[in-house]
Amino acid sequence: MVEWTEQERTTITNIFTNLNYEDVGPKALCRCLIVYPWTQRYFGAFGNLYNAEAIMSNPNIAAHGITVLHGLDRAVKNMDNIKATYAELSVLHSEKLHVDPDNFKLLSDCLTIVIAAKLGKDFTPETQATFQKFLAVVVSALGRQYH
Amino acid sequence: MSLTAKDKDVVKALWAKISKSADAIGAEALSRMLSVYPQTKTYFSHWPDLSPGSASVKAHGKRVMGGVALGVSKIDDLTNGLLDLSEQHAFQLRVDPANFKILSHCILVVIATMFAKEFTPEAHVALDKFLVALSLALAEKYR
Repeated sequence: MVEWTEQERTTITNIFTNLNYEDVGPKALCRCLIVYPWTQRYFGAFGNLYNAEAIMSNPNIAAHGITVLHGLDRAVKNMDNIKATYAELSVLHSEKLHVDPDNFKLLSDCLTIVIAAKLGKDFTPETQATFQKFLAVVVSALGRQYH
Repeated sequence: MSLTAKDKDVVKALWAKISKSADAIGAEALSRMLSVYPQTKTYFSHWPDLSPGSASVKAHGKRVMGGVALGVSKIDDLTNGLLDLSEQHAFQLRVDPANFKILSHCILVVIATMFAKEFTPEAHVALDKFLVALSLALAEKYR
């Protein structure tokens, strides 16, 4: 089981309490699709992804970015049992969405960068370490039900 | 995934904006790496002080960014341009190349915190590709 210190719990709760989902969600997903263009393979039905401008002004992508970011809420609320909390979403990503689990790391790196840009110097090394630890646990849980 | 002409232009344009903060970026990226990825501290056991503001960290961060600057200047032929550095890393320093990815990530995070406006998705992809190419050139002589 993953151990969290009080400081780590506070850090994660603070980030998500002050999070502008409507801004960060779309930014993170767009950045992922632009920086790692092969991830676009999962979004064939989302409309025009032809270039960075198209991606960043695509309303389907923006909406989906918000959905995906809210997907992290259950981890924030269940930090002591992230593995079980994501079992259902893991099955979904494996059996229905057929997403290569390596992509979870790519998106979480982009989310880290978007949060870093938002928080600036408040995104201290300790905050980065905690946030990356949190995302790594979620990413691991999301990949667990693949077979 | 080699660098296109556009990638090179974007990297050079971004570098022009951030290079005067290169020392600070290097020190901050290195500090972050040492605390976020503690296993990287194993390469610096000979330093008296590994804490964020230490003289060793600052000096080394500056040196690392000197390498990045060299890469920008040799962007059209990184392999040859970085041969000496590659030999140094391969035969003397023997840094596991997996760590190049870790430090690259920390550099990107620091640039995001310091230059949020300039670090657009387009700048991000070009710089990420550049750092990958730089890492590859650095690992050239390993085996």
